[in-house]
Order: sequence, then structure tokens, then C-alpha cells
Amino acid sequence: MTAHAASHDEPHHGGTTSLFLIVWFTLVGITLFEVFLAYMHLPAVTMLLMLIGLSMVKAGLIMAYFMHLRFERLSLVLLLIPALLFCIGMMTAIFPDSLRLLHLRVGG
Amino acid sequence: MTEHKLDATLDASAIASPWSGGGSPFAIGSKKLGMWLFIISDALTFTALLMTYSYSRLANPEWPRSVFPIWPAIAFSTTMTVVLLGSSLTMVMAVAAANRNDRKAAVKWLIATMVGGLAFVGLHLTEWHHLIEEGATLWKNPWGTPLFGATFFGITGLHMTHVMIGVIYMGFIAGGFGRGKFTPEDVEVSGLYWHFVDLVWMFVFPMIYLMSVKY
Repeated sequence: MTAHAASHDEPHHGGTTSLFLIVWFTLVGITLFEVFLAYMHLPAVTMLLMLIGLSMVKAGLIMAYFMHLRFERLSLVLLLIPALLFCIGMMTAIFPDSLRLLHLRVGG
Repeated sequence: MTEHKLDATLDASAIASPWSGGGSPFAIGSKKLGMWLFIISDALTFTALLMTYSYSRLANPEWPRSVFPIWPAIAFSTTMTVVLLGSSLTMVMAVAAANRNDRKAAVKWLIATMVGGLAFVGLHLTEWHHLIEEGATLWKNPWGTPLFGATFFGITGLHMTHVMIGVIYMGFIAGGFGRGKFTPEDVEVSGLYWHFVDLVWMFVFPMIYLMSVKY
């Protein structure tokens, strides 16, 4: 078992220093673009969607490269990611209620 | 990535009979799988907090929507983001060094990551101090509904706690790995935790800070 584990552990540490540097510069670049966006006076919903979208790209890059998920077996990705996305999706079900509260307010 | 494919074929036997034992269906150790499962559950904790924040903000016309001026708040939080991303890069180098069994380099990179984490906490506390001086606390703030203070300090505080735990965790790993007590997998598992803390900040920063800039 240990010999077996060692034999397939090697290629999992994929990625070279230059690849990680490219990913890092992309992440910093997206961050600076997000700060720029914040000062663009966009409507709140447009800005929220753009910021969340960019943050999801950043999260994807961090998980894929820094957290090695890109170099792991697909079964691990399927174990972790769909369940997470499903639960996050379920949580968004509270938002219609917050809009309802907004309109229920006295003088709101 | 051809090696990776070759690997998958070598491991086909493990998939063929998962019930015979000795196989590793996810091809990672139990520590790494445990950390991944923790990360998914912790991600949901932060998601719930950020969703609650957004829910309260959307439902409250008095929610402060223009709080953080470019100096000091946005300048500080942007610097903190870059510092945290930088510490993720040094963590990647630590894991790579550990996998090469270069213990000295791994410890050096781990210490660099800890310095990054401490710098983040220092900057964040300074930034908190600015807000507290302006009159923001857990139960009141000068900009709008009192709940803002509770959610702001709650979410950023829980994240800062994660950073501090990460620095202590890496201290143990660096000490143990330097003395040969821990394996490269232990370094890698601590790396997963650290990158996750970085990942969470990638959502806290835009949703808390950038959505409430003061023009």
C-alpha cells in the first residue's frame, strides 16, 4: 500500500514555479480590476454579479492550481465541488424573502 | 500530464474492486481527504455568513452602503489581499520544497508564509482600529443600521481568527517538519488550509469592502 501510494503521489505535485507565478499574477490582476470596478459607479446588482463572477474565477484558480485540485483524480473533484455548489445554491433561496421584508417595512 | 494518465491506468485495479480494501478511491491520503471535507464545511459556514450579510443589506434601506473611503480602508484591504495572495505563493513553494524533501527550504518558505499571515493580521487590526476610532462597534456605527457593525466585525473577525489559527498551525508544521517528525503530506495538508483561508478572503473583500466604497 505504501509503495503503491508513493508511486502515484509523484505526478500529483504537478505544476512548475513559472505556472504558479502566472496563476499568482492573474489573481493579483483580477484583484486590482475588482478594485477598479468598485469605482465605476455601476448599478449595485451589476457590480455584485461582476464581483462575484470574478471572485469565482479566482476561487477556481486557487483550488485548481494552489490546492492541486487540477492534478487530483476526478472522483475527488466530483465528491467535493458539486455538493458545495448545491448547498450554496440552496442558500440563495432566502433572497426573495429579504426583498419581501424590504417592501413590508413601514414607510419602506 | 501524460504521467497522470499513466497513473490512472496503474490505479485501475484499485477502482475495479473497491470493497477488497487497501484501495484509495480518491488517490489521496486520509489526512488530505479529511482537510478537504473540513474545507467544504467551513466554506459553507462563510457562505452562510456572507449570505446573511447580503440578506440583511438587501432588506434594510438604512443599511450603510457608502462606508469605506479609498484611504485608509480600501488601500489597506487591497494591500491585505495582495499580501494574503503572496503568502499563498510562498505556501506553494513550501509544499514543493517539502515534496523534494528539502526540509530547510520548506521551513524557510513556511516561515515566509507565517510572516505574510502576521502582516495580514497586523494590517487588518490597524484597519479595524480606524473604524473603531470613527465610532463603529459591534452594536452601533455612525453610518446606518447598528447590525452593520455586528456583521462586519463578525465576518472579518472570523476570517482573521482563521488566519491566526493558520499561522499557529504552520508554526507547528514548520517545527515538526524541520525536525523530521512530519511528512511532506502534513505540509501539503496545512497548505490546503492556508489556501482556503486565502480563498475565503477573495469573497469577503469584494462583498464587504468593494460593495460599500465611499466615492
